Amino acid sequence: MRSERTAMVKYEPVIGLEVHAQLLTESKIFCGCSTRFGSEPNANTCPVCAGFPGVLPVLNKRVVEFAIRAGLATHCQIARSSRLARKNYFYPDLPKGYQISQYELPLCVNGYVEIDSQTHKRVRLTRIHVEEDAGKNIHDVRADASLVDLNRAGVPLLEIVSEPDLRSAEEAPVYFRTLRAILQYLAICDGNMEEGSLRCDANVSVRAQGSDALGTKVEIKNLNSFKAVENAIRYEIQRQSDTLEEGGTLLQETRLWDENREVTRSMRSKESAHDYRYFPDPDLPPVIVDESWLTQIEATLPELPDRRRARLIADYELSAYDAELLTARKDIADYFESAVAMHQNAKAISNWIVGDLFRVLKERKLDEQLTVSLWPIQPAQLAELVKLIDQGKISGKIAKAVFDSLLDSPRSPADVVAEKGMEQVSDSASLDSAIDEVLAVHGKQVADYRGGNDKIFGFLVGQVMKATRGKANPLMVNAILKRKLAASNAS
Amino acid sequence: MSLCALTLHEASERLRKRELSCRELTAAVFAQIAKTDDRVHSYITLDRKNAEACATKADEAFRIGTPASPILGIPIAIKDNFLTRGLRTTCASKILGDFMPPYDATAVARLRAQGAIIVGKTNLDEFAMGSSAENSAFFPTRNPWDSERVPGGSSGGSAAAVAADQCIAALGTDTGGSIRQPAAFCGIVGLKPTYGRVSRYGIIAFASSMDQVGPMTKDVRDAALLLETIAGHDPADSTSVKRAVPNYAAALSGEVKNLRIGVPKEYFVAGMQQETEAAVRAAVRQLEKSGAAVEEVSLPHSEYAVAVYYIVATAEASSNLARYDGMRFGHRAQAKDLLETYLASREEGFGAEVKRRIMLGTYALSAGYHDAYYLKAQQVRTLIKKDFEDVFRRVDVLITPTAPTTAFKIGEKTQHPLQMYLSDIYTISVNLAGLPALSLPCGFDAQKLPIGMQIIGKSFDEATILNLAYGYEQSTEWHKKKPAL
Repeated sequence: MRSERTAMVKYEPVIGLEVHAQLLTESKIFCGCSTRFGSEPNANTCPVCAGFPGVLPVLNKRVVEFAIRAGLATHCQIARSSRLARKNYFYPDLPKGYQISQYELPLCVNGYVEIDSQTHKRVRLTRIHVEEDAGKNIHDVRADASLVDLNRAGVPLLEIVSEPDLRSAEEAPVYFRTLRAILQYLAICDGNMEEGSLRCDANVSVRAQGSDALGTKVEIKNLNSFKAVENAIRYEIQRQSDTLEEGGTLLQETRLWDENREVTRSMRSKESAHDYRYFPDPDLPPVIVDESWLTQIEATLPELPDRRRARLIADYELSAYDAELLTARKDIADYFESAVAMHQNAKAISNWIVGDLFRVLKERKLDEQLTVSLWPIQPAQLAELVKLIDQGKISGKIAKAVFDSLLDSPRSPADVVAEKGMEQVSDSASLDSAIDEVLAVHGKQVADYRGGNDKIFGFLVGQVMKATRGKANPLMVNAILKRKLAASNAS
Repeated sequence: MSLCALTLHEASERLRKRELSCRELTAAVFAQIAKTDDRVHSYITLDRKNAEACATKADEAFRIGTPASPILGIPIAIKDNFLTRGLRTTCASKILGDFMPPYDATAVARLRAQGAIIVGKTNLDEFAMGSSAENSAFFPTRNPWDSERVPGGSSGGSAAAVAADQCIAALGTDTGGSIRQPAAFCGIVGLKPTYGRVSRYGIIAFASSMDQVGPMTKDVRDAALLLETIAGHDPADSTSVKRAVPNYAAALSGEVKNLRIGVPKEYFVAGMQQETEAAVRAAVRQLEKSGAAVEEVSLPHSEYAVAVYYIVATAEASSNLARYDGMRFGHRAQAKDLLETYLASREEGFGAEVKRRIMLGTYALSAGYHDAYYLKAQQVRTLIKKDFEDVFRRVDVLITPTAPTTAFKIGEKTQHPLQMYLSDIYTISVNLAGLPALSLPCGFDAQKLPIGMQIIGKSFDEATILNLAYGYEQSTEWHKKKPAL
């Protein structure tokens, strides 16, 4: 990548994202079939979602409600009348030969998402519309045939289209994460990218720094993780900048991100792009949203990430950084607050979460996993652990050991401490004798300390802790040791 | 008179009085089919075994005195674009192969729930695209009045079956005249209800914004009875309307006094058959004598209706027919890859007229042409609707001929699609506007072929149409004439 620096300086990237979010409704968008993931192939199908002759779609009202929630949370205007439209193309996973989507009159328009609480940078949203998902073609089960699974056909999706307001590869996942947090807070999408319930395409172009014109746009598909979004866009900015730098021209095209080779590959050019022949679906009347319904939905909106972050800072005196980490996902913020409700030491609980818990989640690759119930330590356990420290029953160091042995176990921390005899030794009689022993064995060091070598103190504390297998209350050890050393000195 | 010649209400009354059993009636219908259908070719599929079982059940229901619906035990023919659970449904197309529906169309389910006996599935123009029942992938249906002539279309099989007494009544569908034009050609009553009056669920879609299910019967009272049975909101069809269904039959009085009838001048044009014009004008005069007020009105955008229709209907059809791709049901050609499979399956499965309409509709929606064709057509459609709204502020109903001519000869128009399209010139506007309209016999031409008169009503005002038709019918004998078979 020889020209990286020159190109990056000369060209400004212009990026917009198209996000598809699978909605958490029980049933599909146009029929009563279940939306459950992971069922037997074609188990969740009926004549309607399998596109049989004579069937008609009936819009699931909940889908509209969820879309309105998303629209309100992202400051969109909600259309009082919008339309579903047919997007026509042939593919075996598309049973009707058209996808019911929205085209000219989407449900939500002109919104924005604030992606930085410091600078208040906004990414504008062009539109949010509802549509149905397609099924899945399976090519690797049989050698002689491709198979079609229509379980996903008709599962409701939101398509959220941003304006080209992003200006770097790093900014794109920030926006995407912020959007995901909003959808999760609204409880309308689980945000699970591995199962495909949240997907992203990126539109990327570059232009000369300082220019207002838009460059030739490339759409990148198959971005299935935050990392992929960032890496693919970074690659694409570089590729486009290099091409222009070398005097080449860019094609308006669709490219596919190849995760393994970390490159984008051309999929189809603008000339071979589909003509989808959109037109309003005559089977579905306009979607009418009246004021009372809108007011009702507005009233049930939950606290969104921005407000929750501000509240955590105010109520628990957390740093902006910690509050940001804790509110990035609704389930983490819920975890935090339910632990704090059981033991009011927010700062310590926050430290445990953003420190040890996040480390374990990351090690176990659970950091994208959205079910808190699957996490290896539950809020009640964490709260109790912090409480044991605060009560002086265990030291911070012992607590780490207790934390490790609690992983994947429903036991209470107190039980672990009792069972393993890890409780801190705080009674002065036993500490006295332990310290006396250490002082007796390490006469040379004691003499050195008394000779003015203060550093030896730490060594002596260490020996006491070692003798008590870490259980000695360190504050008391410090106090008793100091007293004894001073006393002997004086004598 | 043979039992199969009974009207629905006559048969129902005799069943109720136990003068007749459903088994006898059903047997008479199948005997008539056996006797005549090798000449008429109304049916694609017969369901005799099930019909007999249903007749036995209906007799049992009469025996134990179940409160009887007027439809209970009545043998009814169903156009083969209605899905019938467990009974082969072809839409007169090879592309559906031996498609066995997993569910009943709502209209069929409602008939079955009331104890009707499904006789079989009647022929049609493939995917209901045509005006002569000649575009069937299987065989053309012949007009019972003259076997050299078409029965009209697309519900030609249902119309012929009713006219030939091969059933007591039938269901058809009407997208641009497909109930009314064959009803006129075969000398029966055909009603296209208001768009949204009857559920479209389970009807193989042609043009979704215009398709509508309706009765095809031997007289007006039968049409009223059948409409009552099938009409009403269906949660499975979002375009069906939540409005109470009146007791159409009970309300028939035949009183036409002070009814305001409009006669649109654009519907009487050069080129139409003189005898048709004369018969319709005579019928209007007769109604005037009975106390109706008649005035000439204008529907200025009528001349654009056929053009608008063949853009809107084909655009919707091009999308509706995309699901026939050989993947999940019906005909699949063996080919080397996916694209070839699509192309060959559809090439082999669809007939020429269906392909023509898919191409027309695809073109009309294509990038660069969408605005000039599809969008413009929708704008003109709005003007056509407005024409009707305007005249319906002054009159209660409109009377027109149903078709410009009586039944034409088989093969006469098959090479001239545009001429074929023009045989729906008087019926198409009604579908574009979503209004209800009925065709009933009003005379015969010199060839002894039936002439049909169309009564168009206000939205959801089927009651007024039916009552006017009933009043006229009461004063004539046209509906009692039978073809010699």
